[in-house]
Amino acid sequence: MGHYHDNPAAIRALLRSDAVHRDVYLDPEIFALEMQRLWARTWIYVGHASQVPNIGDYYATTLGAEPVVMVRQEDGRVRVLRNRCAHKGAKLVNTPAGNLGRFFRCPYHAWSYHLDGSIAAIPKRDGYTHTRFNETKAAAGMAAVHTAGHRGFIFARLSDDGPTFDGYFGAALSSIDYMVDRSPVGKLQVAGGVLRYLHDSNWKMFVENLNDTMHPMAAHASSAGTAKQLWAGKPADAPKPMAIEQLVPFAESYDFFEKMGVRVLPNGHSWTGVNFSIHSSYAAVPEYEQAMIAAYGEERAKDILGTVRHNTVYYPSLTVKGAIQTIRVVRPLAPDRTLIESFSFRPVGAPDVFLRRNVTYNRLINSPLSVVGHDDQHCYRLMQEGLAACGNEWVSLHRDFHEDELGQRDQTVGGTSEIAMRNQFRAWSMFMTQGAEKERR
Amino acid sequence: MTDADIARFLYREARLLDERRWDEWFALFSEDGLYWVPLARGQTDRETHTSLACEDRLLLRLRIERLKRGPPSQQPPSFCQHVLQVPEIAATPDGWRTHMPFCYAEVRGDAMLWLIGTAEHDLVRVDDAPRIRLKRINLLNCDAALPSIQLFI
Ligand code: FES
Ligand SMILES: [Fe+2]
Repeated sequence: MGHYHDNPAAIRALLRSDAVHRDVYLDPEIFALEMQRLWARTWIYVGHASQVPNIGDYYATTLGAEPVVMVRQEDGRVRVLRNRCAHKGAKLVNTPAGNLGRFFRCPYHAWSYHLDGSIAAIPKRDGYTHTRFNETKAAAGMAAVHTAGHRGFIFARLSDDGPTFDGYFGAALSSIDYMVDRSPVGKLQVAGGVLRYLHDSNWKMFVENLNDTMHPMAAHASSAGTAKQLWAGKPADAPKPMAIEQLVPFAESYDFFEKMGVRVLPNGHSWTGVNFSIHSSYAAVPEYEQAMIAAYGEERAKDILGTVRHNTVYYPSLTVKGAIQTIRVVRPLAPDRTLIESFSFRPVGAPDVFLRRNVTYNRLINSPLSVVGHDDQHCYRLMQEGLAACGNEWVSLHRDFHEDELGQRDQTVGGTSEIAMRNQFRAWSMFMTQGAEKERR
Repeated sequence: MTDADIARFLYREARLLDERRWDEWFALFSEDGLYWVPLARGQTDRETHTSLACEDRLLLRLRIERLKRGPPSQQPPSFCQHVLQVPEIAATPDGWRTHMPFCYAEVRGDAMLWLIGTAEHDLVRVDDAPRIRLKRINLLNCDAALPSIQLFI
């Protein structure tokens, strides 16, 4: 047992109102505690219901440190189970997705399970008759975890204790609503493949960066700035390639990002682009706008299409871009290793151009070959290495800090504030210390 | 043009990349040239399925100009080495299609990344010289979790 495990005061001391201690990014014990306390007690994104459309379809992933599998049940619902055989612990599915038929079947000793995780058959079961097996957890089969969803987005909570789904996300769910409602029939489908980008840095650096609007001007000058130069001098009415339309706005001014605004909510959630964003000026598609008005009425359609939030953070595991229907899923692997999986969606009932747009954006920004991603990833790694320097163990989160932001539940401020990062760490500290107290009881 | 000429063209193409002579490499592409690294095995759809990279001349130019600026992620710079197998070459109505297994290493500082796959070139004859209409790179581990790959494969 290390320094932090039984010491909530030491964890609390890692966060000041306007700065955070470097251990939160570097310390292996903190990472292990994060998996137990933050990633197990909060609602973590698993996948989208459209990935498992038919009975027996599954999608396997990890939540924090644990392997899980999301399965479409016989009754049409989606459940999330621990991907572990009740016998000796072998993972039951070992491919990311597929169809099980009506049973899980372990390849090792052929125990089988119904889609809900309960045991269907054990070969030579009489060998257990005179044992205590039936009194153990294993007798229940694969353990289910708490599952909840919002408009097809499936989340799970590994621990039995923790906040309710609605209580945890609250008003942040509106970003999913706006994203889904960009489909005239209110439906999204995962489409276009998943990009899987390995980062050699702590997961929080990635999550913080999603609402960091002070970095594009500096870190992305070489990509967005070059795109801007390459397009400069083209006549104003020249048809803009999607790549130019999507890359150039990353080179917007500090003033632009300031006016975008940022809104923070309890439990670490936030979004930038309250008023407008770098996704505001994509080419209009008149036939689609007509379809949206027909589906939602003029006022609501205007509201949906006029809401172009930049990044919404569903702390700690998911970030959403509603205007361009792509999401990034955070999978922490080690203190200095994180896998980012990026998915795009087809807005059902909208013209194909939207899927093409989303898929293009995903490739340009989220691929391991992305000229934008390279510079972000590099900066995270620089922090990971630079924080080894002693003398100052604190990471500054002072930008636009005001005492009176403490204790407020819902605030909207200028977009270049570091308030979203402070807000994430306040949630972090709450779960990391509450956890310690619960374990001791 | 003989098969030996086409093979020489492909070897030179890789060598230009290894020597960071990106402008000369760019000039090997036809006007409608495309550099494509699919995300899925056997991928045919570039429009509604995403790719690791899918770059026309505009995006290639962007990548090259960015590299020349020495962006943050190129401190220190990356270097690469292609190791090529003798290509299979087939004639097409207006040029050649080639299939060439490769190893590719990219280093940066102390880190080295290895990639293995096949390159498939669609070459078109322009002014009696081959030009690249499509360079398709099938990575053996195209669907794996990958770190940054910063140069041209
Ligand atoms: S480990 Fe699964 S049946 Fe034995
Ligand atoms: Fe960035």
